[in-house]
Amino acid sequence: MTKTKDEILYDHHHDGIDRRGFLKCMAWAGTGALCVMQGGVLKSYALNRAGDPALPAAAKSELSFVQISDSHMGFNKPANPDVAGTLKAAVDKINALSSPPEFLLHTGDISHLSKPAEFDTVDQILKATGKETFFVPGEHDVLEDDGKQFLERYAKNSKGAGWYSFDQKGVHFVGLVNVMNLKAGGLGTLGHDQLEWLEGDVKHLKSSTPIVVFAHIPLWTVYPQWGWGTEDSALALGYLKKFGSVTVLNGHIHQTMQKVEGNVTFHTAASTAFPQPAPGKAEAPGPMKVPAEQLRSVLGITDVNYVRGHHALAVVDSTLA
Amino acid sequence: MRIRVYIAGLVPLATALLLGASQAKVESAGTGQTQPAAVEVKIDNFSFGPATITIPAGTTVTWTNRDDIPHTVVSDDKIFKSKVLDIDEKFSYTFSKPGSYPYFCSIHPKMTGKVVVQ
Repeated sequence: MTKTKDEILYDHHHDGIDRRGFLKCMAWAGTGALCVMQGGVLKSYALNRAGDPALPAAAKSELSFVQISDSHMGFNKPANPDVAGTLKAAVDKINALSSPPEFLLHTGDISHLSKPAEFDTVDQILKATGKETFFVPGEHDVLEDDGKQFLERYAKNSKGAGWYSFDQKGVHFVGLVNVMNLKAGGLGTLGHDQLEWLEGDVKHLKSSTPIVVFAHIPLWTVYPQWGWGTEDSALALGYLKKFGSVTVLNGHIHQTMQKVEGNVTFHTAASTAFPQPAPGKAEAPGPMKVPAEQLRSVLGITDVNYVRGHHALAVVDSTLA
Repeated sequence: MRIRVYIAGLVPLATALLLGASQAKVESAGTGQTQPAAVEVKIDNFSFGPATITIPAGTTVTWTNRDDIPHTVVSDDKIFKSKVLDIDEKFSYTFSKPGSYPYFCSIHPKMTGKVVVQ
């Protein structure tokens, strides 16, 4: 294979983990990058100014959906005094996509303080997409009431604390909850009941079924010192080993990151509200204040495309700038 | 033995119900017979400062959240539990019984602290 300037090719067949490719993807994440795995090879393309990936055979995708995350409605501190405005900008971006998404996934922290008015505002703004949105809760959505309000609003037909699965055009989607019953000193937790449900949920699927798992806190260990990981995610991923293509979409860390491990592509989305520092680059993972004119360049949405016959889903981040 | 709880700011009375019912009693400020010693713990940059404090029995500890992200103060053993503290909100608890009281933020469980009562 030839290697062009804006392209990384890296073989995952041997070690399964591509740190170099991963870091390169991370470096580009701030400006927008497309990382796609085909036949065990991770390819990463920088996005052009218009936000379009310089893809050779651009996706004739069969299923397209958008992930948004961490809208933190109700937050009004200097890092972003207008989170409603930036969520509206995300909706405008979604409505302008050349291939309209079938639906949206919201990977949690819909609200900042679990207040009904905050959820109402998000619902109202997202209505302008005209699309159905599937939600999983972030820790900010289940404050005080053990998530009862979240369940009532967004996950009436779910199991347990709000986990569920559904199928779209041959792709199996699994929404998981890892923000409940957190233990002192620990990371995110899925818990025994949810893991048992997951095992049963995927047991009878063909191994060729593409799987998309979405949850708030990363299901891979990004930075445990800041709680950016999930205690029992290895058990969950164990149930997904037989599948040829697994895409894991998370939020929580307010920045895009990608890692490929075997058949699993892990991806975190930008927030629509405020950025957080890169792991270990600040004293704490709190909201990061950037100059106002730069804010929208560190917020974003994630567009995901599934092309039948391709090994993995194409994940494209674009900023709100 | 009784534990006095002073609730600052907008903390609802319901917080008191989360305490062990047989040992907890809510009083409005000023009805205590003596002024208890007071110690402050600040929540800054996703950490409790100081993370460990040693106090004599009867001391009231007040936590203040100075982050622009909400936090909680929750005893590992469920002895005390604050409501969600937004920026500059406070939670107070009076420790009347000697012992070690580890606690954490239930939203960001990597944040841990300990109160040692002598």
